[in-house]
Amino acid sequence: MNHISPVLWQFLSKWLSNFPLFPPEASKIAPQMDALYFFMVLVSLVGLTIVILLVVSFSMLYHKQRHPHAVQIEGSTLLEATWTIIPLGLFLIMFVWGALLYFRIYTPPANAMNIYVVGKQWMWKAEHPGGQHEIDALHVPMGRPVQLTLISQDVFHSFSIPAFRVKREAIPGRYTTVWFEATKVGTYHLFCTQYCGTNHSQMIGDVVVMTPDDYKKWLASSTSGDSLAQNGERLFASLSCNACHNSGADARGPNLVGVYGSRLALSNGQTVTVDDAYLRQSILDPSQHVTQGYSPIMPTYQGQVSEEGVIALVEYIKNLNSDYRLQQTLNTTSFPPSIEGKPGPAGNAAAPGEVKQ
Amino acid sequence: MSAATIVSLPDQSTARVPKMNFLTRENGLLSWLLTGDHKRIATLYLISITVFFFIGGALAGLIRLELLTPQSDLVAADTYNKLFTMHGVIMVFLFLVPSVPATIGNFVIPMMVGAKDLALPKINLLSWYLYVAAGIMMIYTMAAGGVDTGWTFTTPLSTHYVNTHVITTGLCIFIAGFSSIFTGLNFIVTIHKMRCPGMTWFRLPLFVWSNYAASILMVLGTPVLAITLVLIILERTVGIGVFDPAKGGDPLLFQHLFWFYSHPAVYIMILPGMGVISEVVSTFSRKRVFGYTAVAFSSVAIAVFGFFVWAHHMFIMGISNYAALVFSLLTMLVAVPSAIKIFNWAFTLYKGSITFETPMLYAFGFMGLFTIGGMTGVFLGATGTDIHLTETYFIVAHFHFVMVGGMLMAFLSGIHFWWPKWTGRMYPEKISQLAAVVTFIGFNLTFFPQFILGTLGMPRRYASYPPEFQVLNVFSTAGASVLGVGYLLPVLYLTWSLKYGAVAGNNPWQATGLEWQVQSPPLTENFPEIPIMDHEAYDYDWLEHHQQQEVASV
Amino acid sequence: MSETATTTHGALAEAGVTHHGEHPSYQRHHFESVGQQFDATNFAMWLFLLTEVMFFGGLFTSYLIMRNWYYPAFVEGSHHLSIFWGTSNTAVLITSSFTLAMGVWCAQTGRKSGLVLCLWLTFFLGMVFLCIKGIEWHAEWVDQHVPGLHFTDADFINPALDPVTYNEYHDQPLSPDMATKTEMYFFLYFAMTGMHALHMVIGIAILGFMIWRAKAGAYTTGHFTFVENFGLYWHFVDIIWIFLYPLLYLISRHQ
Repeated sequence: MNHISPVLWQFLSKWLSNFPLFPPEASKIAPQMDALYFFMVLVSLVGLTIVILLVVSFSMLYHKQRHPHAVQIEGSTLLEATWTIIPLGLFLIMFVWGALLYFRIYTPPANAMNIYVVGKQWMWKAEHPGGQHEIDALHVPMGRPVQLTLISQDVFHSFSIPAFRVKREAIPGRYTTVWFEATKVGTYHLFCTQYCGTNHSQMIGDVVVMTPDDYKKWLASSTSGDSLAQNGERLFASLSCNACHNSGADARGPNLVGVYGSRLALSNGQTVTVDDAYLRQSILDPSQHVTQGYSPIMPTYQGQVSEEGVIALVEYIKNLNSDYRLQQTLNTTSFPPSIEGKPGPAGNAAAPGEVKQ
Repeated sequence: MSAATIVSLPDQSTARVPKMNFLTRENGLLSWLLTGDHKRIATLYLISITVFFFIGGALAGLIRLELLTPQSDLVAADTYNKLFTMHGVIMVFLFLVPSVPATIGNFVIPMMVGAKDLALPKINLLSWYLYVAAGIMMIYTMAAGGVDTGWTFTTPLSTHYVNTHVITTGLCIFIAGFSSIFTGLNFIVTIHKMRCPGMTWFRLPLFVWSNYAASILMVLGTPVLAITLVLIILERTVGIGVFDPAKGGDPLLFQHLFWFYSHPAVYIMILPGMGVISEVVSTFSRKRVFGYTAVAFSSVAIAVFGFFVWAHHMFIMGISNYAALVFSLLTMLVAVPSAIKIFNWAFTLYKGSITFETPMLYAFGFMGLFTIGGMTGVFLGATGTDIHLTETYFIVAHFHFVMVGGMLMAFLSGIHFWWPKWTGRMYPEKISQLAAVVTFIGFNLTFFPQFILGTLGMPRRYASYPPEFQVLNVFSTAGASVLGVGYLLPVLYLTWSLKYGAVAGNNPWQATGLEWQVQSPPLTENFPEIPIMDHEAYDYDWLEHHQQQEVASV
Repeated sequence: MSETATTTHGALAEAGVTHHGEHPSYQRHHFESVGQQFDATNFAMWLFLLTEVMFFGGLFTSYLIMRNWYYPAFVEGSHHLSIFWGTSNTAVLITSSFTLAMGVWCAQTGRKSGLVLCLWLTFFLGMVFLCIKGIEWHAEWVDQHVPGLHFTDADFINPALDPVTYNEYHDQPLSPDMATKTEMYFFLYFAMTGMHALHMVIGIAILGFMIWRAKAGAYTTGHFTFVENFGLYWHFVDIIWIFLYPLLYLISRHQ
């Protein structure tokens, strides 16, 4: 670039940066995605140029005035093979490259810090494990893998951060995850990109990337209450989960200490790994997620606990590695009579005599 | 200038449009409303489709006007949502899906196979009535307040969260779907059972092959849309949550069912257009289409593969990574036949004798714009880039490039190509070429900036947007006004030509194909006697010989 | 041009194609022969039935997915259907297919009164099917198993509440959240049998029309394509039921 006058180069770069053709690259995956994108642009340009060249040059060379008699040609298997195999080859390269990127983006690393995001008409609520809540904003530290666990409380939404090149649908009824590692401090757009009703275009916000120190300061200053896990603990007791899920000898439900991440045998013979999605489903749809050796007496909490509540419960169970506090609550709580021997508030009475097998 | 065109008209001082033709055979409104003649039905369709195209276009104009400014200041957000929903529904179901098949296909396919009509004329008429019923329902829906779910009717938004006219729109699309099914059914039966003696499959014009492939998609895919709409309507009325997770249903089930039709639908929309391009490129380079067999089979390949790629609309929706992998691979495979066609058409020009009449200009526009649109489809078919580009203006640009830059240009190419056959009149060439160029320029100005907007991250279906996106949006709206002019012009001069256009004669383009060997406009029964096909498709040597015989025998 | 016209004409005549004006009255003008007309309309009916397969396919797919997810609810839901009425309906419908096939034979062999009788029998059997369906649906209404309108899952949480079913199957009580999924089962039950019944109603209406035309001798003078093609439709509706019956009624009999 030495032969371009510095003035001209300054002008060009100023013009280009003020009229961007792509968003800032603010995450680790962004340059990787841009590389594939620009490869595709290049291939498209080349392909388009070839097509235009062919059409234009043939039009000029074989214009009627110049070439009044057409020569009938049936075809050419060689040419057919060429323009079948070369595009196919290029497309397959893009397929493989794209697939690698896709798996990378949708497979969070084990050490990623988790932030829950609940989408609802028409706002995003981000819940940090430490209890910090944000609306239409997301503060993240630079240089650390961050996983987002998304869910919607009503309709489909889609959480999009163009600068990070990540996007994931927030679906009602199940968790979806995406992860990124921010590399540049700054404020970037956050959009909802799945049409969700009247104020779809207002469901936007800011992603603020901070240095790790600034992030710690922000965490400390923006929490005013308990962490998610503490909220979850409170919910766990108030919903009387501890009536069955404790470590007593006659407990009607499995002990949840250390259950997160373990392999669990279900009563239908399947074995599952207990992750966020499993925990959520077993709260909302328990009869399909019965641990082996237990009866299907757990009531569903569908309709009794919001998605944020579920998130709090999940976060609590995830961090549950000791039974001490739980036993404390059992000792100090007295249960209303309706709990004894019946499935719970959600359904009608079960037949008497349904106990742990 | 006569060397620069292949147009060959009869002597205008003595030529007359034939007195007895399908337009003059019977008079009176009932003779049109109760007709079985495929050409009259095609004409009825042409008029109705044009009406809905301009309604959809007006909605597009309003959308682009709103998007001139970042704020939602022209219309309320709810209204904007209705605008883009109605624009999508009308353009997809009431314009693009029936455009080439129901107008040009209806008109020309029986003649191309050497038959006197389609196999089921009453079903053909029924198909038009269903279309009109759907259209009237759509107008009612708009007048009654419209629907704002997006043309994709994503659940649970469309089932439980809007109180607009989802059921009426669903019924409207259901009826339009049956219109489409009957058209496709008619084509398949006609092509299988009514080819004239000597007309083997590989002597059929490629337009027939393309419409055949599209008809298979119509017949097999549309019923799935029908049942999906039934389920949505039931869910809204009865309240069952088959798509509602709170009640045990699955919103992703809707997505699978919806896209199982809607992806083949895009091939229903584009394949007939590709058929037009084959005819036009061949005629205006005086050459058989290069690689006839490859082009014919690629149409069928697109139809078959098109059924197996639907989940590429769902890559970020929580389908498993492995499912995404499979659908991405299949998407790459379905892209290849389209590439094959583009190259075959380009090589048809090789050693041809090329002229640039209006249909050919539109065909060139198609080839360039469809290449861009198709390539950007590959951007989206690769799962990694799809994550960034999906649900943004990149998608909007992609599908407008293939549908408008591709299909609509092909439709206009076909209308201009068969206009002389249809009406017996030529349209004024200079203004039509101007309109083609204006359309091309306007189109690029409108939609190319949207690729950049999408890459920058601007989401689709946004009534208001961050201010840094305004410059590109202004470009896009400016282009839209030019595009509007380009589309209005043909309505004007084509209507003018009905009375004042030059008399076309049988074969103004010197084309092969059985439809060009009969009078313009054709007789109601097309052929006095069923012809015998004794030559290959696009046989210009036969045509020359045939014309010499005509001269000799007079 | 006259030479080629003669060649055309001669070749066609050799092919057995009738000249304009010499064809049977029921041959439409765009067809070259009665055989072509029959071929085309028959093929068209098969194609239409293919679209119907795709149409019902969406419902079957949903049913199979939901059954896979909510197996206990679907098992117990299906226990509440009446095997007696379901089997009766199957017998009725299969018999009606038989009577229609006999009707087609009568049309082909010019037996007008036989055709009318067979069509009447088919009509009658079709009405019987719909009546039985009405009985079944009424029973579901009485049992409060009509989703969205009149539904309770009480007798899934406590199966003893419905003694008839309980005595036969001795179902275990479902947990409350699984019990709510029985509404999904019944929704699919009504959707599938309802869509089938709608097709039956259309078929019966066309049968009524055909009886009227058959009495006038329209189908026994050599042009029986309509009867044959309708036969295809009716047999198809029958086949859909043959899939519905095991999937809805029989599938969980021994569970």
